[in-house]
Amino acid sequence: MDLRTLVLREIFERKSQLLTSFLAILLGITVIVSIKNITYYSEKAVALEMDSLGANVLILPKSATLQNYYAADLQNETIPEEYVTRLAMSDLAGLDNISPKLSMPVELQGKTFTLTGILPKSEFQAKAAWSGAGVFSRPIGCGASVGMMGSEDKKTLARKRVIETLQDNEILVGADVGAKLGLKDADALEVLGRSFTVTAVLPQTGTVDDSRVFAHLHVVQDLSKSGAVINAIEVIGCCQEISKGLVAKINSLLPEAKVVTVTQIADAQIKINRMMSNLSLMFLVIIVFVGGASIANYMYANVFERRREIGTLMALGANSGLVLRIFLLKGLILGVAGGIGGFLIGTILAVILGPRLAGVIVLPMPALALLALGVSVTLALAASYFPAQRAARLDPCATFQEI
Amino acid sequence: MLRMENVSKTYRHRGQTVTALNGANAEIPDGDFVSIVGPSGSGKSTLLLMLGGMLSPTEGRVFLDDQSIYDLDTNRRAALRKQKIGFVFQTFNLVPYLSAMENVQIPLYLTGCEKEVQKARAEELLIRVGLSDRMHHKPCELSVGQQQRVALARMLANDPGVILADEPTGNLDPETSQQVIDFLEEVNSEGRTIVMVTHDPRAAERAKKVLRLERGAIVSEKAGRNSRHAAA
Repeated sequence: MDLRTLVLREIFERKSQLLTSFLAILLGITVIVSIKNITYYSEKAVALEMDSLGANVLILPKSATLQNYYAADLQNETIPEEYVTRLAMSDLAGLDNISPKLSMPVELQGKTFTLTGILPKSEFQAKAAWSGAGVFSRPIGCGASVGMMGSEDKKTLARKRVIETLQDNEILVGADVGAKLGLKDADALEVLGRSFTVTAVLPQTGTVDDSRVFAHLHVVQDLSKSGAVINAIEVIGCCQEISKGLVAKINSLLPEAKVVTVTQIADAQIKINRMMSNLSLMFLVIIVFVGGASIANYMYANVFERRREIGTLMALGANSGLVLRIFLLKGLILGVAGGIGGFLIGTILAVILGPRLAGVIVLPMPALALLALGVSVTLALAASYFPAQRAARLDPCATFQEI
Repeated sequence: MLRMENVSKTYRHRGQTVTALNGANAEIPDGDFVSIVGPSGSGKSTLLLMLGGMLSPTEGRVFLDDQSIYDLDTNRRAALRKQKIGFVFQTFNLVPYLSAMENVQIPLYLTGCEKEVQKARAEELLIRVGLSDRMHHKPCELSVGQQQRVALARMLANDPGVILADEPTGNLDPETSQQVIDFLEEVNSEGRTIVMVTHDPRAAERAKKVLRLERGAIVSEKAGRNSRHAAA
């Protein structure tokens, strides 16, 4: 005979009474685990989607309209290039990269294309580092631009929309431009009376970028005689920072500009994630109240039902500490069983339902076992504590019929 | 030795004061067998509870082996019970989900005995009360008489010097009652002190001393049949 035997025997003897409380905690933990699991993979999918998209925040002139994300800079309105410096010098967290653009129509061999000036990352990175401050003075990278440093393949511009270095005489041509003009790497090309070397013919993207010719921003500003202005700034921001209000922060930094995100592309997914997070929180609250109340109610009833048995134990020499431990151990067993069961069922449900509910592949997350056990055990122990105390304070005289 | 000095117990019930015991004095030497009789509500069980350290008196003191029981805190009183006192109840008070063997092991577990020691002692006691073939039966699988025998085995588990019995034959047929009283006489002959509350005059007569309680006071004390046998 030991404490564990005493508690387990009672649990298995009266398991039907325990069932409701166990189911309450099991279902609660199951729902929390499955929602957390699906949400994690869904958020990861959104982050990947955003990453593959490249820039995910656009800074445009206030009057600009956004009809085509890839052609956002193809309009007459401009903003000062100084905005780029402001962004680069700011302490905004979550800015992974900045790409200012100025575009103008250009005629090459009788065909009209778009000449787009871009500012290589090395220029404003150096500016920020020189000042010892700003977004690029600290380690960066939430996924989007990682791997762009060092030896650079300029064709990454097609996907990443950011380039590390670009000389004044270098030019990059879109796939359609290259095909129509018969250009290949290292060819010479004259644009608006100025000679350039084709550094790379970019791969097909299926966007207006295929009809663009990219040169250094300051060169394009000279050619267009527009001065130090740009049409748009493309920003690669971390998804989680965007959701934490990066757009609002940029808005307050650049109040004269319009800041938009491309979250609408992943909007449905983000809405599902938000709904899942809210649901998860809601279930946590429900489980705390319903599950906790159910366990406490069961425990109080159990103490009442067993008062003669408790009195007998006390008459035989059990002290109040032992009686307290009997009921707390019962609560602990209930919590551990609910936590483990809830984690297992929740994980299975998440793996099965994840692809249907959120359209993502969901894998088991062992870390959630800790969360499940933590919530379940804490709740079960907290709900059992006061009934256990009542049991420990019972009058052993209850063992006698006549007082 | 058990001793009560001017012990009184009063309760408040629906705004009225009820006197359960009124200045009771008693001295029960080691090895005595005392039965306490009296009408319902006369304070018999109150007296037994007080001797067992489970109900503190409003006035007076209760001593067990010269230790004033109610000068100890509740946990030390519990420790005293498990070391020196064995209980038998009218309704046996067996733990329903434990087997006969496990029920007898409870007092041994409470005193911190090893499992093997618990098992050996429980087995020995169940054989002694004639339940060698019912050791792993739960109370609901035993007859009433067998349940009381399990309770008697449990009572002896820690080899107590004092046994307090509350109506031990109250729920039993005459034949089984006889067996229980025989058993109590047997353990009394081993030198244990027995205090038994009973309504059964024949059971009471088997004690060495009979105390009669009325309205919370001990109104008479007479020798029982065993006392005469002992004297003869």
